[in-house]
Amino acid sequence: MTEKPIKRFKELPSTHLLGTGTPMCAGCGGLEVLHEIYDILGAKTVFTNAAGCMTLLSVYPFTPFRGSWLYTAMASAPAGAQGIRDALDILLEKKRISPEEDLQVVTLTGDGTAYGMGLSATSGAIDRNLDFIYLCYDNEGYGNTGQQYSSATPHAAITSTSKTSHGYPGYKKDLFSIWVAHRPVYVATIIGAEPLDLAQKIKTLQGLRGPRLLLSLAPCPTGWDFDPKLTVEIGRLAVQTGIWPLKEYKDGRIRHTKIAKQRKPVEEYLKLQGRFKHLFEPERAENEIAKIQERIDQYWDKIIDTDE
Amino acid sequence: MSRHLLTGNGAAAWGARLANVDYIPAFPITPQTEIIETIAEWIDKKEMAGRMVTLESEHSMITAAGAASATGVRVFTATSSQGLLYAIEMIYNVAGWRTPFVLVNVSRGLSAPITLEPDHNDVLATRDSGFIQIHCATCQEVLDSILIAYRLAEHEGVRLPVIVNQDGFYLSFTREPVEIPDATLTAEFIGEYDPENMGFRASAPSSQAVAVLGAGPYSYFRYETHLACLQALSVYDDIAQEFKERFGRSHPIIETYRTDDAEYVFVMIGCFATKAMDAADRLRESGVKVGLVRPRFLRPFPEQQMQNELAGRKGVAVIDQNLSMGKGGVLHTEIASALYGRQDAPPVLASFIGGLGGRDISAAEFYEITAILQDAVKQNKTPAPRLLYTEAELRAMRKLQAIAHVERQELNSKT
Repeated sequence: MTEKPIKRFKELPSTHLLGTGTPMCAGCGGLEVLHEIYDILGAKTVFTNAAGCMTLLSVYPFTPFRGSWLYTAMASAPAGAQGIRDALDILLEKKRISPEEDLQVVTLTGDGTAYGMGLSATSGAIDRNLDFIYLCYDNEGYGNTGQQYSSATPHAAITSTSKTSHGYPGYKKDLFSIWVAHRPVYVATIIGAEPLDLAQKIKTLQGLRGPRLLLSLAPCPTGWDFDPKLTVEIGRLAVQTGIWPLKEYKDGRIRHTKIAKQRKPVEEYLKLQGRFKHLFEPERAENEIAKIQERIDQYWDKIIDTDE
Repeated sequence: MSRHLLTGNGAAAWGARLANVDYIPAFPITPQTEIIETIAEWIDKKEMAGRMVTLESEHSMITAAGAASATGVRVFTATSSQGLLYAIEMIYNVAGWRTPFVLVNVSRGLSAPITLEPDHNDVLATRDSGFIQIHCATCQEVLDSILIAYRLAEHEGVRLPVIVNQDGFYLSFTREPVEIPDATLTAEFIGEYDPENMGFRASAPSSQAVAVLGAGPYSYFRYETHLACLQALSVYDDIAQEFKERFGRSHPIIETYRTDDAEYVFVMIGCFATKAMDAADRLRESGVKVGLVRPRFLRPFPEQQMQNELAGRKGVAVIDQNLSMGKGGVLHTEIASALYGRQDAPPVLASFIGGLGGRDISAAEFYEITAILQDAVKQNKTPAPRLLYTEAELRAMRKLQAIAHVERQELNSKT
């Protein structure tokens, strides 16, 4: 690569494009990442949105977007992106609009859609090699309806539909690998708490055409039960403990973009969140914490073996 | 202009071709598939401009259709039955988006039990969506209605999507002589698609289909869609008149057959209505004054025209090729509501259900319906709704069950 990597905050845009006054919760990790991405992608974008928290960003007759927006439905936001991309291409081809009028199509959904209901439409869009960016804000549950568990919910998390002392019995689905299995042009995990890594990845994907996923962990104060001021810290801990690996897939290869020399114990991440409180009170669930730690360690052991 | 033998599906494909559509999101389903296969072949051979994309479901197909239309291109799509129902969330959505595209539905009965053959429960499931509905009885009408539908959909006073409906098998796979109008003449008639203020452009960003908070804005937009749909009635007459002047074919909102002096009237939609025309001819030979009223539009519902057509008749038989479980025929209910409280309403408005899953309605059944009507008029009492089914059919059904039973017993005895 000849391009210089982004190393300093000064290199990030200082103008903030997304308007204020949205109805998102205080400390929303999804809004944090959307702010950062929008500042870089800019207003020459059209978002297709699926039912979720972010649907409430554009409420008639207001919008925080300087660019365009189309709400579709929970299951079919990528198909909305398909219709718009195809229509713009037709208009360009027939010279009914000038090239300056073209827009980047971005699908914006939560994990309920990205990991579940919208997966068929996503898979179809990748099959068709649709030129679009898919941004998933993954707050690990159906957040907009009060944090019921989804297939993105991590093991042991308490949700509105897994309230017992064991929490959610399942394991978080590996959406990154599902995308990679389709061999799209670009797949990356990101998090708002690591804006330089995020900016670098957006810079990379802006040079590509085709299906591109930005999968962002989105710390959720209301759904995960923590103080909104901790959003950034929890985000950093997700990376430092290794529970949210930052990586990208490009040219047939997966590369981890931030590998901690010394991973912090996962309990530092877990204990800040009410949804994992049962692992620490009334007494420490040593076995359960150890098992969660073990899964993370196993992941990284494998990575460090195969990654260059 | 040239005359060809075309299936209903072939006529639908020609309609899309002559409408100069830009974009065709597609998904295969019997009995609609021939439409998209025909269009795909034309596009491959560069006989037709336009881009076709096969989506992974009808839900996505209608989403893409609405999104492309909202971006400012002319869109055509087609489906049937389960596909239409799979898409129904988006059918309601795109009508609310006010995206003026045309969808051909090739009617087929709904599961369960699953069938490939036609009735109208599929298209009637979209009745309240905001889509305009045009119901065709001939292959020519399919082609012509698509052309007219684009004018209607894109009209500044309407701006709604349109379903052009044809019956599976009976129209979709039946060849009839169809006049294919000259492409330059149809281009003149349809014109360029003017998306007005709809679109997504860098210089003119817009937010479409956004959420509303509170009942005020919600009701406002829902009422607007309803009023726009109603407006299509008056707009349609002008467009149909222009079509007639240019192409010589007349497609009124309600088609009538031998109703001038008719005392008894059949009301039907779709191609089975042509069976009613034949029955009316024969009944007239035996001295009974029978006619047919065939609404081509169900949405908007041509209430006033329907009242006029049925005023003063002795008896009316509504023959529904659909069944609203626990109520009865949908068309019957709609017509009853249009006639209620009117002095000139026919005293007898009888309901018959037939033609489900492609079941034939025989001439003998039309005669029987007429006899029931005549009797009801004498007694001045509307008869109970009838589900058409013959003894022979019931016997055949029982026989089928008995054969399966015996076969199962034999299989069991061998093991």
